[in-house]
Amino acid sequence: MDGISVTLTVNGREESATVDPRTLLVHFLREELHLTGTHMGCDTSQCGACTVHLDGRPIKSCAIFTAQLDGASVTTIEGVAETGRLHPMQAAFKEHHGLQCGFCTPGMVMMGIDIANRHEAPSEATIRHELEGNLCRCTGYHNIVESIAAGARAMRG
Amino acid sequence: MYPFAYHRPSSVADAAALLARSEDGRPLAGGMSLIPTLRFRLARASDLIDLNGIDSLASIERRGGTLRIGAMTRHAAVAASPAVAEAIPALAALAESIGDVQVRNRGTIGGSICFADPAADYPAGLLGLGATVNTDRRAIAADDFFTGLYETALAEDELVVSVDFPIPRKAGWAKFGNQASRFAVAAVMVSRTGDAVRVAVTGAKACVFRVPEMEAALAADFAAEALEGVALPACGLNEDLHADAAYRAHLVGAMARRAVRAAGVR
Repeated sequence: MDGISVTLTVNGREESATVDPRTLLVHFLREELHLTGTHMGCDTSQCGACTVHLDGRPIKSCAIFTAQLDGASVTTIEGVAETGRLHPMQAAFKEHHGLQCGFCTPGMVMMGIDIANRHEAPSEATIRHELEGNLCRCTGYHNIVESIAAGARAMRG
Repeated sequence: MYPFAYHRPSSVADAAALLARSEDGRPLAGGMSLIPTLRFRLARASDLIDLNGIDSLASIERRGGTLRIGAMTRHAAVAASPAVAEAIPALAALAESIGDVQVRNRGTIGGSICFADPAADYPAGLLGLGATVNTDRRAIAADDFFTGLYETALAEDELVVSVDFPIPRKAGWAKFGNQASRFAVAAVMVSRTGDAVRVAVTGAKACVFRVPEMEAALAADFAAEALEGVALPACGLNEDLHADAAYRAHLVGAMARRAVRAAGVR
């Protein structure tokens, strides 16, 4: 099959590549760009560990082809921190012990940032509902929910 | 995944031509069902015709007594649309109940109805609201559109362009979702348009279906209490790990009553 040429912006940087049409975004990020913070967890597009922002909205990068993304803008977990300083949502996860093994954390942080972007002061119920698409098998979610609530407050400054 | 050729047309006409020309091509909408299915090699396609570049297919428009939703309109857009909330709040509730945030940001109404998953939500929305599916060549009533398990009345090279929903006097949506996947174990859309009442159920059989006994009871008295004692026979309902047929029959009754109560609140 013919390769497809795409140019997309990843974490503010323009990337051009010729990809096999079957290349999922998560594989392009990890294997071509070596941005391995985006994780592949479940293989059934349910766990949300591969969550990235596409044109500002969270999506699962295991359920979209790179070939579809010509002209698109993608933000991964590597793109949220300023140089040498954690994003407020990352800092909140650290402060509130929002992770144990850490595998789901990149997706949780990307989703947490989106929740904070869309809700002024998200309640516990709102956060739990919005985390429908992100699975954690360690923490029981309690500290993740606290982290996102605190991160949302910190993002409002 | 088996190899395929990828195309990104920018008009419906170009997409239709590519589809007609391909050996075994498939349109790619949001990809929330098709991409995992391809990945697991449960499906293969010679060509994927990506509809995401056709801007005219993503729209929500009210024209008199009809709400028209473009085939590539994403669930998140329907859920957040003031026009939908004003005209048919039950449809906004349905869209909000699909999958999760990430899925709603990609999945589309056209993709959902063409895939015709037996537990998908939109088929019940279309059937329960008496919608009409507009394709690149004709209009198909929802009653004729869903024909079986993952089967629709579409020709192999036919493209869905939009869906027209008549604006009902009242409509309500209630869903009992699987805890993990959020697909419907049973979900019901009820509506009253003029004097016509519709009750459509998804998740309970191989294909979405109406329940004439419930419709008759609600036509006489559009109240949840009118459904007391109107039981759906368990015979022929889906049975799986999550619910046996008798439990599903019970859930359909419970969801139908909830849907009627939801319809009363505006």
